[in-house]
Amino acid sequence: MPATDTISDRAQEIVDEFALFNDWMGRYEHLMELGDDIPVIDDDDKTDDHYVHGCQSDVWIRADYDEDDNVLRFEGDSNAKITKGLAALVIRVLNEQPPEAVESAEFDFLDEIGLQDNLSSQRNNGLRAMIEQMRERARTFRN
Amino acid sequence: MPATTSPTTDTASFDVEAFRADFPALQQDIYEDTPLVYLDNAATSQKPTSVIDRLDHFYRHENSNVHRGVHRLSQEATDEYESARASMQTFLNADRPEEVIFTRGTTEGLNLVASAFGQMVVEEGDEILLTEMEHHSNIVPWQMLAERVGAEIRVLPVTDRGELQMDRLGEFLTEDTALMAVTHISNTLGTINPVADLIDAAHAIDVPVVVDGAQSAPHLSIDVQALDADFFAFSGHKMFGPTGIGILYGKYEHLDAMPPYQGGGDMIDQVSFDGTTHDDPPHKFEAGTPNIADVVGLGTAAEYIMDLDWEAVQAHEEDVLAHATEQARAIDGVRIIGTAPDKTSVLSFVFDDVHPYDAGTFLDRMGITVRTGHHCTQPLVKRYGLPGTIRASFAAYNTRDDADALANGLRKVKDMLG
Repeated sequence: MPATDTISDRAQEIVDEFALFNDWMGRYEHLMELGDDIPVIDDDDKTDDHYVHGCQSDVWIRADYDEDDNVLRFEGDSNAKITKGLAALVIRVLNEQPPEAVESAEFDFLDEIGLQDNLSSQRNNGLRAMIEQMRERARTFRN
Repeated sequence: MPATTSPTTDTASFDVEAFRADFPALQQDIYEDTPLVYLDNAATSQKPTSVIDRLDHFYRHENSNVHRGVHRLSQEATDEYESARASMQTFLNADRPEEVIFTRGTTEGLNLVASAFGQMVVEEGDEILLTEMEHHSNIVPWQMLAERVGAEIRVLPVTDRGELQMDRLGEFLTEDTALMAVTHISNTLGTINPVADLIDAAHAIDVPVVVDGAQSAPHLSIDVQALDADFFAFSGHKMFGPTGIGILYGKYEHLDAMPPYQGGGDMIDQVSFDGTTHDDPPHKFEAGTPNIADVVGLGTAAEYIMDLDWEAVQAHEEDVLAHATEQARAIDGVRIIGTAPDKTSVLSFVFDDVHPYDAGTFLDRMGITVRTGHHCTQPLVKRYGLPGTIRASFAAYNTRDDADALANGLRKVKDMLG
């Protein structure tokens, strides 16, 4: 079944979750824990097709389209823990959403979870590349 | 004072705390609560008050375009501009001021040589000799030249410790070599290369040598005549000067023989639609209105450096690097990349099981600015089979306390990520 909650609901849920931590170390530990729960991409799928260019670490994101439910399903991985956590956050808000929603999703919530400015979607090239790749995939499946 | 008074004892003196106080940017907190520990000096240095004030003064009181101005302000700006050139001549120990060309930085200097000099001396079938530790700025311009003329790039390899394999130089420096380009100090490893030996060997078979001095200008006393370098390029911003300004030194005989790099105002003698004759060096290579304010600021930075007791500064820098190295080495899982005996001011390392990006991000949150990644030396980092390194790079204003802060930060990174 496709998810019924919206991207902005999920983003708000993440912001609320991070607000429970009152120091940066706690927030980063939480980010890395989220990375451990990422729907992980198969090692065999870590190919050029799924590689995200523009990151300092290796990142792979795979997108599959479920035609019956009209949603995208994402898997990802990274060899850097912070990047993997960020990938997990982005996947968490976009997973099982229709292509149109993925394409137009906003990521302002990343600025509100108390990580450094340089991990915002505006300032971080890698994060931007990840999001752009997911949007690009969404575009190809848009009805 | 009586003539018999004994001279001031000539001991090395460098008051690092007083020196540090000259740099306003070092006095700030990062992330509200965390003092800045600035260890990214190989990328760019902070600026002393004298340089900042000099730029301010120029724009407030002296700003005018240089050369050919009939009015007083232009003449003053020209005097300041040319006086900065004289300062840079002294800084480099160049034979004459005309050998000092103002560029935007090391990269532009190297491109200028590759373009204007390269096309004179490198022909189809020739070889251009580089080393495995070059910055991309000292690789790509030569690749572009090689492609244009049909030449080949050869690469002198490095050892596991990060030294050039000098015992193999004969294999690479041959009668086919038309030009050699080498970095004075590796920006990734800190290795000081035996550039004088390389130049001697190259000159013995009439091969000109281009030296990338981006990392050496801030740390070594530069003497282009003693080195006998044909060209020596560096940037102002890594040696306490402004960004967007650099120097290309070239032997006058080369500069005189070279065609201009860019055309425009300030580089001409006579212009007509039938043809143009160009000015002599250095103006031949300074087309258009130059970066006057930053030239003047760079001159101030060079004077500032030359006022220091450089031997004492170097002793201090060596002490801080040795201390930082010892501290880092004591942390389980840290492996130092670049362990040449002759190195300066760069500590590159990797952490077992911790990605450099993660480590760099955490250190940043603790106020410690390091750089992570390939440092624009992808072939070198690949040679060590690494995804990148964590690089702490020091300047004269860094102290043992900064090195200790780095070590404490690394221990926390290990606790959180290791």
